[in-house]
Amino acid sequence: MRLDGELDMSTANMLRQTIDGEIDKRGIRTVILNLQNVQFVDSSGLGVILGRYKKLLPLGGKLKITNVPPHIYKIMELSGLPKIINFYLDEAHAYEEGRGA
Amino acid sequence: MKSNQINLTFSSIAENVGIARLLIASVGAQLDLPLNDIEELKVAVSEAVSNAIIHGYRNIPNNLVYFDLEVTRDTLKIAVRDRGCGISNVEQAMQPAFSTDPERMGLGFVFMQSFMDDLQVESVLEEGTTVTMMKYFKQTPSPTH
Repeated sequence: MRLDGELDMSTANMLRQTIDGEIDKRGIRTVILNLQNVQFVDSSGLGVILGRYKKLLPLGGKLKITNVPPHIYKIMELSGLPKIINFYLDEAHAYEEGRGA
Repeated sequence: MKSNQINLTFSSIAENVGIARLLIASVGAQLDLPLNDIEELKVAVSEAVSNAIIHGYRNIPNNLVYFDLEVTRDTLKIAVRDRGCGISNVEQAMQPAFSTDPERMGLGFVFMQSFMDDLQVESVLEEGTTVTMMKYFKQTPSPTH
């Protein structure tokens, strides 16, 4: 899933519903979020990402994050998110790790 | 640096968080702050305004958020005020990972604290909350030309 724009409280609900729709209706279990075109994230946006990780965990699913711009990564690092969720350079790396697992 | 004062009052709706960020980014650019500092100011403002809307006004849209900026020679003061429900225990609310909502990370105050040089929170139950954040300019940026 490729995200763009600003992840704050005004976009959080839509993002949550979109990802949950994929998980609940389509049975998707590996969610890859490409953040290349995300310009801004705050704790509302991070909350949605962490919430999806928590939702996928008991389902045996995985959340992966790729292409994080440096200024966005700084915020994520401060939140401790990279200690919990796997970050990848790009989508290819994220797919690769899924194989054989 | 010229002193400056901006007071903006807006409805407690999510769309206005982005407007508040745009304003602080413009002021930061005018002050010649480094891009990184501007990004940090945007996050701090976003957190303070989101808190006012989500917690202060419990997402009820027909309320007002007061956003006040004050620039002096060596400081930038940002105050975000609501007339909402107030915080019963400010100390507890400011703890990392304290959140009243499991979908939220409880990091709002952590970000404000990390990205600003000073943070004060005044709150009275049923009267509202004022978050005051300060940025001290380490040195007066030299004129570019």
